[in-house]
Formats: sequence, structure tokens, C-alpha cells
Amino acid sequence: MFNIIKARWFQGKVTSAYPAKDPVLSDRYRGLPVLDTSKCPPDCRICQNICPNQAISFLTHVPTATEPPSSALSKGKKKKKSKEKRAAEVHPKVEIPGVLKPHIDLGKCLFCNECQNACPCGCIHYTQNFRVAARKPQDLVVTDGTSFSLAESLEKGRKKLFHRSLKLRVVSAGDCNACNVEVNVLNTLFFDLPRFGIQIVASPRHADGVLITGPVSENMREALLKTYDAVPGPKVVIAVGSCAITGGPFRDHPEIHNGAMDMLPIDLYVPGCPPHPMSILDGMLRLLGRL
Amino acid sequence: MKPIPELKNAQAVDLEDIPVFNIEQFKQQILSHVQANCRVSVLFGIPGPNVRLYCILADDAQHLLLPFATDVGQEYPSLTPECPQVHLFEREIWEQCNVTPIGHPWLKPVRFPRKAGNTSKTKPMIGITNYFQVQGEEVHEVGVGPVHAGVIEPGHFRFQCHGENVYHLEISLGYQHRGIEKKLIGGPYPRTLLQMEAVAGDTSIGHGLAYCQILETLANLEVSARSHTIRAIALELERLANHTGDLGALAGDVAFLPTSAACGALRGDYLNISAVLCGSRLGRGLIKPGGVYFDLDAQRIQEMRKRLDKAFAGTKRTSEILFDAPSVLSRFENTGRLAASTAVEIGLVGSAARACGLKRDIRQDHPIGWFIGQNIPIALCESGDVLARARMRWLEIRNSVALIQTQLNQLPEGNITAPKITHLAGNKLVASLSEGWRGEICHVAITNSEGTFAHYKIVDPSFHNWFGLALALRGQAIFDFPLCNKSFNLSYCGFDL
Repeated sequence: MFNIIKARWFQGKVTSAYPAKDPVLSDRYRGLPVLDTSKCPPDCRICQNICPNQAISFLTHVPTATEPPSSALSKGKKKKKSKEKRAAEVHPKVEIPGVLKPHIDLGKCLFCNECQNACPCGCIHYTQNFRVAARKPQDLVVTDGTSFSLAESLEKGRKKLFHRSLKLRVVSAGDCNACNVEVNVLNTLFFDLPRFGIQIVASPRHADGVLITGPVSENMREALLKTYDAVPGPKVVIAVGSCAITGGPFRDHPEIHNGAMDMLPIDLYVPGCPPHPMSILDGMLRLLGRL
Repeated sequence: MKPIPELKNAQAVDLEDIPVFNIEQFKQQILSHVQANCRVSVLFGIPGPNVRLYCILADDAQHLLLPFATDVGQEYPSLTPECPQVHLFEREIWEQCNVTPIGHPWLKPVRFPRKAGNTSKTKPMIGITNYFQVQGEEVHEVGVGPVHAGVIEPGHFRFQCHGENVYHLEISLGYQHRGIEKKLIGGPYPRTLLQMEAVAGDTSIGHGLAYCQILETLANLEVSARSHTIRAIALELERLANHTGDLGALAGDVAFLPTSAACGALRGDYLNISAVLCGSRLGRGLIKPGGVYFDLDAQRIQEMRKRLDKAFAGTKRTSEILFDAPSVLSRFENTGRLAASTAVEIGLVGSAARACGLKRDIRQDHPIGWFIGQNIPIALCESGDVLARARMRWLEIRNSVALIQTQLNQLPEGNITAPKITHLAGNKLVASLSEGWRGEICHVAITNSEGTFAHYKIVDPSFHNWFGLALALRGQAIFDFPLCNKSFNLSYCGFDL
């Protein structure tokens, strides 16, 4: 007994001061990339060619969110569209005439640093900024000159409901356990998720929403949709990790669905491979209008 | 008949030098070697009109890997009845190559591979198989999953119970299947390394290393001693973080909250040391073929050392109170016991095997990189129960911290980068092993004449060990399942690929 008290005494308080104070992250941490395309030589495509996951494009590649399916499970009955056609609807490619500049789609970016290393002009720089969550997929595209728009809060009705209390059911749908463990650590003393009124619960019936990790493997599709349907509405959907947004490093594998984007109405996208727990926490707090 | 080549870890062999036995000789080779204390590291088939099976045995005592092959038609006599450790490999061959091992007692799908958008009701449908059933008065079945109550990966478990007593547990996985191996054919591709780091995201370094060792052999790349040391540091950091997390999870399952709470935070401290090294808490983007992406300077070494000392002091305090508490010991002791003889039979690897008294560790048995010529302390326990597996975690934490301290002190000078790979040697087979925190990770690559992958096989330690969990639960109370499960803490995605 005495030793237990002693061990607790030595441990002291470890909870992060965030959001009052920003956490100190490793100087090698790769957060939100910043592009200075004014330095780009004409016709240079080095970053595009080196990116292992084709996250960089020189087209103005503006994804728009599709209308969410009315009931996720009724999807099977509808006329089946080809995977390519669905993808084209989610990411219509719009070419704007004039000089082409690089755009990084954080939904596809794996934050591997290859482009920053390869760029001869220092146009790309991964900053220490962990605030990378967005409400819409098009907000995930980092473009020249414009600043990254932080995730806004939910609309009035849901914000009122969930502002101070949100219960989430986590569904891992083909993820590699990296996003899973980074969500899990939010429950530890340092991040201490419950202090914000956000709780991870065991049953979808107790939940206000689902948090999805993984590219949605075909083998998990039905379980994911059933879990979503079991959550009473109104509900929120949070996609954590580039897999859940675009399929991540497994994009276009026949056994997966390239994320949950064309399956469920996603309210918050947290990119990263895996995202830093702070990115997930920051995104959630912004979604609830707490920041 | 050609002799069986004797290979070191990650040594290439010409495909034509691998003997192709007939099935009877093939079987005898496996059985006689297993009798002589070899293990089946991997047994796989290459799909096609004529299926060729490759087996790679690990001779731990001689530090050798022994590859040989056989050609089979539509069927062959199963090896499982005489050599249980290949049971899952044979099911995999049946699923992937459409070859039936006749006489396999347990022939069921492994991963239920299915393409997205396939709406047909034809098999395999995930989770639908012929489950083993115990019949009798008051015997009942409990089904759990795929979606579990915690933040954990999906898998389906079926318990055959009598009251609270479990007669048998059947584990059916495949929910995380992403089709990794199939997509590697024709590679390596630019994103292959990123996929390897995500085979099992908590073992990025282990799988990344196994893959890079293959490329380095095939491209004949020299890795500097400095890179080797940094890789070894990262490998041990991965072990530290996960073992600490496991101790916390085990404590949580027996409601011993002081350790459960402290280990959650301490695990983060170890992850953050990885972040100091490479920016990623899980070691993403550190390893590359030929070297590492990030170097260490004196200041960074100092920072890592400081953090390591602090985290270890905390881990030591919190482990001591865990193993001192009678309430914990009474739950850990004799729970989920696995006999050493069973562990040998089913080919258990990693710290779960060492908890049964089997001295199996790739760092010592098949050393590569920094581990060559080092005397690695291997912790062992005898009892094979949850207590042994928990204690293994603590003993290995202690050893890993000492290893990292040595490595940080003796970081050799040198370059950390290597020239870019332009060409891989053709018509070769390479088997590469690394000791991840769960145990032996085995990658095998076969190249075609153009020097691209004709076949790539990944074996996560979980592939060997899931059956160990099923056996450990026999005769246990069903409420001890979470405890037994955490004591193994196996990977679902590493198994499902």
C-alpha cells in the first residue's frame, strides 16, 4: 500500500496543459506542410514524381463532398456504380488554365518527407503545426498562398447536443493498428480525453457517433455500416488517418474501399499516417466548438 | 539431388540451387528437421497452373535457414497431422493456391479474401465457416466480434463453454485483409516501404527492417555500422513502448489501476523518444533501403538518454508495485498456461515462446546488422502462464533499456545514406528475419529474371501465435479471456495482411 502511494507520488501530474498551452513536439515532427510555390521553377515536377502515394498534383484538383447516402445499408440495393465512377464524383478534376502549381492532398499524404527532401528550391516545408483536421475533403488540399482553414464546429443543432458531451464508438476497419493506438492513447493520463467530456464507449447504442480508422476493408464494410446504423441519430462521423479518408498507402487495392468517404457522411477528417494524437484531439475539440 | 542450401539471415540464393523434392521427400525433410529442433519459419505456395510449395526451416542452433521446394498438383497429403505447426500455412496454401492438403483436420478459410464491390453470395463470406462445436447438456456457445468493446482491431472469437469454463476457443480472422502480398508482385514500388511500415502499424520498424534487409541483399547494398546501430535503437524503442503498454493493459484487466494509469503515460514517453529520433512516434519514415533517414548528433543522443532514464525509472517503480501486489499475482498465476511441449509443437515464437522457457530470439539465433557478434541477454521464464508473459515484458524492458544505453554510447561514425537502388538481382530467393516486439518477423522475396518480385511472403509473429492463445484458453474461465488475450497481444492486421 505504502509503495503504491509512493509510486503515485513520484509520478506526479502528467496531464498536458493543452489547450491552454501548446505541447512541445519533436523538432523532426512532420505536421501541416506549407508550400511556397513562388520559388517553383516552370515545369518542375520533382515533388509530384517523387511522392510515393501520388498526393501531389499539378492540376487544380478540388474534391467536393458527395451527398451522403440516405441510409448506409440501402447502398447495396441501389444501382451499383463502378469504383472509378464513384471516385470521379468524389474527386472531380477541374483544370484551371494558367500556371500549374503543386497541391498536396493531405487525405493522401503520408507525411513521409520525400517531397521536402527532393525539392531543390525549398518550396515544401513540413511545419510543427499539428492542427491538420478539416471538415470538408477539399479543405485538406494545401494550395499555394492560401492558409489552411481549420475545422469549424458542427452546425447549431448537433453542436448544442454534443458540445459538452460526446460518446464515440471506435471502429477499426482494416487499419494497421497505428491509428488505433493513437486514438487509444487519448484515454491516457497525458491527453486525458474524458476531461473534455469526450468518451469512448463500448456499445454503438451508447454512442453519439463513430470514429473510423482504416481504409474500410471489404471484410469490415458490413460490420462498419451496421455499427453506424446502430448509433441513434443525430450522430457524427469522424475519419482518422489517411486510410479512412482515401485508403492511405493501400489506395486502389481491390480488397478495400478507399476510405469511408463514399459510404458515410463524414463530419471530421483527421489526416496523417497515423495522425498525432494532438491532431485528433484538436480536431475533435474544434468540431464541438470548444476551441 | 542437390543439397539443401544453408543460408544466413537475409542471404540470397539462386532459385535453381533450391532442391525440388517430390512430396514424400519434402514431407520427410520437414518432419526429420522438426524432430531435430528446427522450426518451420514459413511454408507457402506460388499460385499458378503448377503450384510450387516452398518451405524455409529455421535451424536456430546452427543459425541457418534451410529452403527447399516441391511441386504439387490439385492435392497432396497434409503434413499437419504429423507436424501441427504448419496447420495454418496449409490452410493458407489451400486458400491462395487452390491446392487441397488431404487429411488436414482443420481446413477452413484463413482470411476470406474478397474484392470490394463483389455482391455475389458465393463463398467465402467473411466469418461464415464451419465452426468447431462441442455438443452436450448445458454446453453453450459464446460469439464475440468482429467489433469488440474496446479500441481494438476486429476479429471473431467463438467459445465453447460449460458454465464459465471454456472447452475450446476458435479464432476466425480476416476482417483486416487489405491484399498486401498480392499487390507486391511486380514490385518493389515507390510506396512499398510505406505499406511495409503499415503491415502492422505497431511494428513499423520490425517489418520495415525485414523488407529493407531483402532489398539490401538483392541490390548488394552496404549498410553502414552507424545506420545499423540507429536501426537497432529504433527496434528496441518499439519493443519498449509496446511492452510497457502491455503491462499497463494487463494491469487494467485485473483492475490494478496505479500501473494501468502510469503505463499509459510511460508508453507515450517511449513513443516520444522515437519521435525525437525520427519525428514519428511509431518510427514511420526512419528506415530506408541502405540506411536510415535520420542521424543522431550529440545533443539528440543526450536528449534521448535523459528521456530514457526518466521513463525507465517510472517503469521500474510501476512494475515493482504490479508484481508485488497479491491481488495481481493471484489473477496472473496459473492463468492461461501453455506447456513448453505445446509451444514447441505449434511453433510459438517471440516473448510468448520465451515465457514457456523456449530460448527463441532472432537477435541471437539469426543475428543481422548491429546484433552480429553481440551477446544479447535473452530473458526467459518457465511457467508459460499470464504471469510469465507479463514478467517477460518487464525483463525485456530492462534488457532493451540496457541495449539502447550501450548503442547510444557506442554509436560508430559513418554515413547513414546509401546510393539509390537501381537494380535488383534476378532469379533469387531471400528470406529475411527480424525480431519484432512480438517475435519473429519473416519476409521472403522471390525475384524473376527482370529483378522484380515474382512472389512476396510476409509472416507476422501473430501468424504463429494466435493458435497459442486458443490453446492457452482451454480449461480457463471465460472472464479470463481479456487477460489471456492481452498477455499475448497479437496483431490482427499483421495476420490478415
